[in-house]
Amino acid sequence: MKLFKRPPLIGVDSDAALSEARALMARHVTQPSRRAFMQRSLTMGGLSMLTGCSISSNADVETALSRISRFNDTVQGWLFDPNKMAPTYPESMITRPFPFNAYYGESEVREVDEASYKLEVTGMVADKRSWTLPELRAMAQQDQVTRHICVEGWSAIGKWGGVPFSEFLRRIGADTSAKYIGFKCADDYYTSIDMPTALHAQTLLALTYGGQPLPPKYGFPMKLRMPTKLGYKNPKHIKAIFVTNTYPGGFWEDQGYNWFGGS
Amino acid sequence: MHSPTVTPKSRPIHPLWIRTTHWLNALAVLILVTSGWRIYNAAPFFPFNIPAVLTLGGWLGGALQWHFAAMWLLAANGLAYLALNIASGRLFVKFFPLTITGIWHDTLSALRGKLSHADPRRYNNVQRLVYLFVIVDIVLLVLSGLVLWKSVQFEVLRELLGGYELSRRIHFISMAALVAFVALHLLMVALVPRTLLTMLSGRAGKTTP
Repeated sequence: MKLFKRPPLIGVDSDAALSEARALMARHVTQPSRRAFMQRSLTMGGLSMLTGCSISSNADVETALSRISRFNDTVQGWLFDPNKMAPTYPESMITRPFPFNAYYGESEVREVDEASYKLEVTGMVADKRSWTLPELRAMAQQDQVTRHICVEGWSAIGKWGGVPFSEFLRRIGADTSAKYIGFKCADDYYTSIDMPTALHAQTLLALTYGGQPLPPKYGFPMKLRMPTKLGYKNPKHIKAIFVTNTYPGGFWEDQGYNWFGGS
Repeated sequence: MHSPTVTPKSRPIHPLWIRTTHWLNALAVLILVTSGWRIYNAAPFFPFNIPAVLTLGGWLGGALQWHFAAMWLLAANGLAYLALNIASGRLFVKFFPLTITGIWHDTLSALRGKLSHADPRRYNNVQRLVYLFVIVDIVLLVLSGLVLWKSVQFEVLRELLGGYELSRRIHFISMAALVAFVALHLLMVALVPRTLLTMLSGRAGKTTP
C-alpha cells in the first residue's frame, strides 16, 4: 500500500529524467566490488578513529608514551614524601673534578655579569621586586654535600651552599598552593618543578660550589640545587623565577624527558 | 572425539593465566631490555656500548619513555603471576621439591643429552632451579630499578642494595642474567619445539607420549 502518491512533475518529461538519472547512477551501481571495498575501507577508517591508535603510526605511539609519562608524573607526585631526605656525604667523598653538563659544550658556557645581575620574580607572589646578588647573599645560607644524579645514569657528589628555596619563597610571599614554579636562565635553558619539591628542606638556591661563588661552568651566579631531582631539573644561571598554575614545561621535558624527573 | 570424563591429558598443561602472564612478561622484558640498553649507552660503566640497532627508543628520552611505560606492564603482570602461582598452589607443586642431589643428577643427565622432557607437566630439577632463579632475578631487577627511579623515597631498599651506584650495577648484572636465561630458554625451545606449543595452546599436541 502506498501512503504517498508521487505528484506528477509538471513540464518535465519523466521518462527522459529517469533515463538520465540511471545513466548518472550507473557508473557507481555497476561496480559492486568497488562499492564494497569503499564501504569496508570506511569501516576500517572508522575503527581506527574510534580506537585512536594505529600501531604502524609513530605519532600515535609517541602520544601514548607521552600520556604514560604524564601518568608517571602523577604517581611520582603521590610517592614524593617531603620529609624524606636525600643522603648526605662526608666532604672526603666529593667527586673531583665535578663533571660539567649542559645542552652545549663547556667552551660555550655563558658568563653572567655580576654587577648588573638581577633575579626577576613574577607570577603568584606578593612581592615582585627583583633581587641583587648581595641581597641574596645576605639571606641565611645553608650547605649540603649531596649526590647529583644525571638522567644518563652517572652520578657525582658535590658541595653546594645557598638560600633554602622554601625560605626564599616565604620571603617573596609565594602562593604555596600553586602547582608549578618555573625558571628562566641566562643560557636560554628553562625548566619547572612541582611545589612540594620546591618546599623540600634540601632544595637550595645555590650561590656557592665547594665554598666558593659558583664558577660559570656550574651556573654562576645562581643555580637551583635539588638532591631529590635528576640533573636536568637543576637549572643553572637562573635569571627569572615565576609561580604559576599553568604547566610551564622545560627545555628537555618538551622533547620527551619526564617532567617530574626525580626521586 | 571428546571422552566423557575429564582425563588429566585433556586438561591444559599450562592454564590460560600462565600462558597470558608468560607472553605479557615476554613482551615487557623485550621492551625493557632493549630500551634499557639505550639508557645504558648514555653513560656506560663497562668499556662497551650496546649496538644501537638492538636498542629501542631512538634516543635517551625515547628509551626512558618506553622503559617507564613497560615497567608498569612488568610490575602488574609479575604481581599477577606471583599471586596466582601462590594462590593456586602451583608454585609449590611445580618447583618443589628441589634437592641438591636432584640438581646434580639432572645436570649430569642434561650434559649427556639424556635429560627427558617427555612429560611437559613435570619440570626436572634443572628446570625448577632455573625458573626459580629467573623469578628471583626479575624481583631483583624490579627492586634495583625502584632504587634507580626513586632513590630518596626507597631509602631502606637503597641501603640494602649498597647505594645508588651499586644498584646500577646490580640492575645491569641481573639484566645480563635475565638475557642469558632468555637465550638458554630459546635454545631449549628450539631443541624441544613441543614446549612452544604447550605455551601457546596449553596442550602438548599429537606427540604426547
